[in-house]
Amino acid sequence: MTQKKPEKLIDENDVRIDGRKLKDLRPTKIEVGVLGNADGSAYIEQGKNKILAGVYGPKEAHPKHLALPDRAALRCRYHMAPFSVDERKSPAPSRRELELSKVIREALEPSVFTEYYPRTSIDLFIEVLQADGGTRCAGISVASVALADAGIPMRDLVCACAAGKVEGRLVLDLSDYEDKGGDADLPLAYMSTVNAVTLLQMDGILSGEEFEQAVKMAVEGCKQINQIQKEALRAKYSVAKEAETEKEAEAGEE
Amino acid sequence: MTSTMASKVRQRRVAQLISGGKRLDGRELTDYREVKVESGLIERAEGSARVRLGKTEVLVGVKIETGAPFPDTPNEGVLTVNAELVPLASPSFEPGPPDENSIELARVVDRGIRESKAIAVEELCIEPGKKVFIIFVDVYVLNHDGNLIDASCLAALAALLNTKMFNYEIKDGEVKIKPGYKPLSIRNYPIAVTVAKINDKLVVDPWLEEEQVMDARLTMTIEKDGNICAIQKGGYGYFTPDQVIEVSKIVRQKAEEQRKLVVKE
Repeated sequence: MTQKKPEKLIDENDVRIDGRKLKDLRPTKIEVGVLGNADGSAYIEQGKNKILAGVYGPKEAHPKHLALPDRAALRCRYHMAPFSVDERKSPAPSRRELELSKVIREALEPSVFTEYYPRTSIDLFIEVLQADGGTRCAGISVASVALADAGIPMRDLVCACAAGKVEGRLVLDLSDYEDKGGDADLPLAYMSTVNAVTLLQMDGILSGEEFEQAVKMAVEGCKQINQIQKEALRAKYSVAKEAETEKEAEAGEE
Repeated sequence: MTSTMASKVRQRRVAQLISGGKRLDGRELTDYREVKVESGLIERAEGSARVRLGKTEVLVGVKIETGAPFPDTPNEGVLTVNAELVPLASPSFEPGPPDENSIELARVVDRGIRESKAIAVEELCIEPGKKVFIIFVDVYVLNHDGNLIDASCLAALAALLNTKMFNYEIKDGEVKIKPGYKPLSIRNYPIAVTVAKINDKLVVDPWLEEEQVMDARLTMTIEKDGNICAIQKGGYGYFTPDQVIEVSKIVRQKAEEQRKLVVKE
């Protein structure tokens, strides 16, 4: 599946290779409560990314020495399926996956009231079924929704989105193609009501001025993702509420 | 590192002082600790350097071997960065396979060198698609007193600048080493600067006791022309977008000062 690199990733009308404008997100949808066994779960599609997140807990920490006396231990595993990328990826966790598990945990932990559940663990699993660039951001966005679905008290949803530089232009939400052919990628996670950046990484080259613009652009992208997260949660829970009131109405009739 | 009442009191003191713009060791909020760089301590390595950042001590050794290139870059040498948090360096380090902290450290050092294109990798090709030189950069933490990232990045750069590439010729696809050396081609000088957020203040070069009370840290690596070439946020807290921008300004200024310690031009 080796594709030939096209000559231009952005044409003269500022249209990107997949038809987007510079500041457009890829088509994104989130579904809540997709797994039977998990306490909370969600699924995201962002471009060709397909990512599942499942949450188990708060539950007894196992092994016990991982338990913290004053708060819950949030544990996170980011993992890519062997078939999620062009060349098969070994299912053993790579160094990249271990690093991402750490930074994703640190991106989500500021949002969770872990102090409500001392000595327990909250286990979060992110499985990338298909990767298309920006999987850590999509993973964070979907994981935060899964935590909410698990009923875990949070300060805010964490939403994430990357900005970057492609052919000298700043763009939002880079696809895999743009990331590989681009000059810089800056993933950022954000809590909008707290105005807090909880994850920030970058590779590539950006000047100070470009960096400032890219941060602003990524924050705006995050706010759009945040709307999609909220709609997804409303879609599940408002339907559940309607069903409940219907049931109550039926019970009342009997 | 005893989690006794005494250390809790001390931690509170560290944080309180910072709220007032002061630090327990007398530094200004934007001051680095004293830095000492020594190069070429390990004769068996192709390059080496030791950096002391206050009491933090990091030794980096560079070894060069041959191996296969990555399929997508058949004409380029390979850079491999590894970090060991050696148990003798801290009571919090344990023997065993690399944990997420050492992997993060290695990957942040790697990102700075790779993204700034510091090593002229295209000069390290022996036989396209088959054989290239692999530059192993091994970060060895010998004493942990905070801010391992900046110390490791500085030591890695100093070690690369100290690296000697052996002369060779190629006979029947095999590398024959000839007498003499030349320096490894280094084209850029990435410098990492870490800023911690403690009680809403931004603090450069956090030492261990400050790391224990910090909300979060932000590391930016600056290449020789003043552009940012790598970023890593760590810790369980957050920065506001304005603080992120402020950090980028502090970092760009501090990086120029730090670079002078290893790059003599």
